[in-house]
Amino acid sequence: MLDKVLIANRGEIALRIQRACRELGIKTVAVHSTADSSLKHVLLADETVCIGPPPSSQSYLNMPAIISAAEVTDAVAIHPGYGFLSENADFAERVQRSGFIFVGPPPEVIRLMGDKISAKEAMRAANVPCVPGSDGPLGEDGDEIMKMARSIGYPVIIKAAGGGGGRGMRVVHGDEALLSAVTLTRSEAGAAFGNSTVYMEKYLEKPRHIEFQVLADAHGNAVHLFDRDCSMQRRHQKVLEEAPAPGIPDELRMKMGARVAEACREIGYRSAGTFEFLYENGEFYFIEMNTRVQVEHPVTELVTGVDIVKEQLRIAAGEKLSFRQEDLAVRGHAVECRINAEDPRTFMPSPGKVDVWHPPGGPGIRVDSHLYSGYTVPPFYDSLVAKVIAHGDTRESAIARMRIALTEMVVDGIKTNIPLHQELCQDAAFLQGGTDIHYLEKKLRV
Amino acid sequence: MDIRKVKKLIELLEESGLAELEITEGEESVRISRHTTGGPVQYAMPPMQYTAVPAPAAAASATAGTAGSAPASSGPAGHKVLSPMVGTYYESPAPGSPNFVKVGDQVQAGDTLCIIEAMKMMNQIEADVAGKVVAALAKNGEPVEFGQALFVIEP
Repeated sequence: MLDKVLIANRGEIALRIQRACRELGIKTVAVHSTADSSLKHVLLADETVCIGPPPSSQSYLNMPAIISAAEVTDAVAIHPGYGFLSENADFAERVQRSGFIFVGPPPEVIRLMGDKISAKEAMRAANVPCVPGSDGPLGEDGDEIMKMARSIGYPVIIKAAGGGGGRGMRVVHGDEALLSAVTLTRSEAGAAFGNSTVYMEKYLEKPRHIEFQVLADAHGNAVHLFDRDCSMQRRHQKVLEEAPAPGIPDELRMKMGARVAEACREIGYRSAGTFEFLYENGEFYFIEMNTRVQVEHPVTELVTGVDIVKEQLRIAAGEKLSFRQEDLAVRGHAVECRINAEDPRTFMPSPGKVDVWHPPGGPGIRVDSHLYSGYTVPPFYDSLVAKVIAHGDTRESAIARMRIALTEMVVDGIKTNIPLHQELCQDAAFLQGGTDIHYLEKKLRV
Repeated sequence: MDIRKVKKLIELLEESGLAELEITEGEESVRISRHTTGGPVQYAMPPMQYTAVPAPAAAASATAGTAGSAPASSGPAGHKVLSPMVGTYYESPAPGSPNFVKVGDQVQAGDTLCIIEAMKMMNQIEADVAGKVVAALAKNGEPVEFGQALFVIEP
C-alpha cells in the first residue's frame, strides 16, 4: 500500500480523501493556502505544507508548489480530488515525471477525454451512442457551418472542445444567430481555455442528466457502478443528485453500464471516472467524461457499498479490483443535497464564521463536511460546505429521511441553501421523479 | 545528489548492520558512517546537517498553527523575510562554501540571503529591505513552506 499521499485539494473532498487514506494506514500530507490553515483535514494531517497565498492560481493550481511539497515531505502519491488540477493532463504528467504516483488515469487518457471532440470520437469507436453533431471541429466556412446546423436540425448548441462542465457553450435556434454565436463561443473559448476549437451538437430540449460511475485498475479490469441522476441543476451546477436514476428500465441501465465499462478497457482507463449522458425519450447520448472522482460519489457508495476513494488508492497502489461486475448490485436508493454557503434566494455567496454547526444523524444519513463550530468559511473558493446524503430502501424513504435531516441541521453564522433543499424535498415533480435539466431553473423563475 | 536519495541511504544503513556506507555517482559521492558507540549517524558531506523531515510542529495537535514556522512569540523584532515558495532551505551556495549571510551582517535590498531548492532548481531568495540581519530562523537543509519566516532584518 502507498506509504504517504499528498492531498492536493481542500474542503470536504480533502477530508474525504484523508479518511480513506487513514483507513488504509496511509500517512497524509495536507497542502493548503494561507487562508486554509484551519481546515479540518489540515488539523488532522500527519504533515502540512503551506503552499501559497489564498488565490487558487497561486496555491491549489500552483503545480510547482504542490510537487515541491511532495518532494520535501517524501510523499509517494498525489491525490488531486475534483476540480483544481484533477483533470489537468500536464499536471498528471509532471507529477509522474517527478517520480510520484498520480491517483487517477494516465495523462494521455486524461488528455484524450479532456478534449471533448476526441472524447466523442473515442466513444463512437467504442460503440457508445453520442449526441448527433458535427463529429469534429467547426471550420471557418460560414456556409458549411450553416449546412451542418440545418442537417442536424435546430436548435443546435455550439460547444468549446476545451470546455466542459457547462462552460463554453451557446444555444442557437435559427440561421440568423448561428455564425455570430460560433464566433463569440470561439473567442470566449480561446480566452477561457486557451483553445478556440468549437464543435456543434443537436440541442436536446428536455433531457435528463444521467451519468455512469466506473472503476478500472491497471490490470485491464473495469466495472461500472451503475448510474446517477443529476438533472437538478442551476446554471449547469448540480444541486441535488440521486442513485439510481428513477424510471430507467433495468435492462437499458445494464446495457449502457456494460458499454461504458468496455469503453474503459478500450481507452486504457484507470481509477475512478464518470461517463455523462443526456437521456431523452428512452435514448442515451454521451456528452463528456469526467476523469476524476466526483462530488456526488457518495450516492453511488451508499447504494453499492463500494468505497470509491479507497478503491482509487488501492488502484494507484497497483492492486487489482477486489470485486467483479457480477458482485455488484444496487441496494435501495440514495439522494444527496449539496449544502452551499449562499443566500437561498439570491445565491450570493455567504462566507464567514460558522458559530454553530450541528449535523443531522440517524439511520441512513451520511454527512460529508469539513465544517466545525467556530470554523470560518473563506471567501476565496467555491461555496460547497457540506453534502448530506440520505439512503433508504426506497426512493420515498430516502427523500423522507432527507427531509427530516434537513430540519435537524443547524449552520449558524452563514447563510446556506438548506431552505431550497427543503422546498425540493416537498416539490411534487421531484417527488414523482424524472425531472429534466431545465426544471430547477424554471421553478426558481416562478 | 538530492536529499531524498541521501535519506534512503541513511535508512539503508540503519536497517543493515553496516558501520559505513559510501556511494559514488559520477562526480558526486557521499559517505555515511555510524559511530560504534551507537551515536547519531553523521555525514561526510557538511554542511547538509540532515535531520528527519519535520513533522511540522502542528502535526496531531489541535492548534491551528501554520506548520513548520518558528513560534511567533519569541525572536527579535524587525522585518520578517518570508519564504515565497515551498522547498528545501540552504544557507550557502554549495556544501562547504560560506553562508550567504550570518546574523549581524548588513544587507542591501536585493542581496541574496539564501537558496530554496524546489524541483531540482535553486532559487535565490533576496532581501526585500536593507538593514542588519538579526535572526536566521530556518535550518539548513530543512523543508520550508510558503510564508514561513526565514530571516529577521532590522532596517
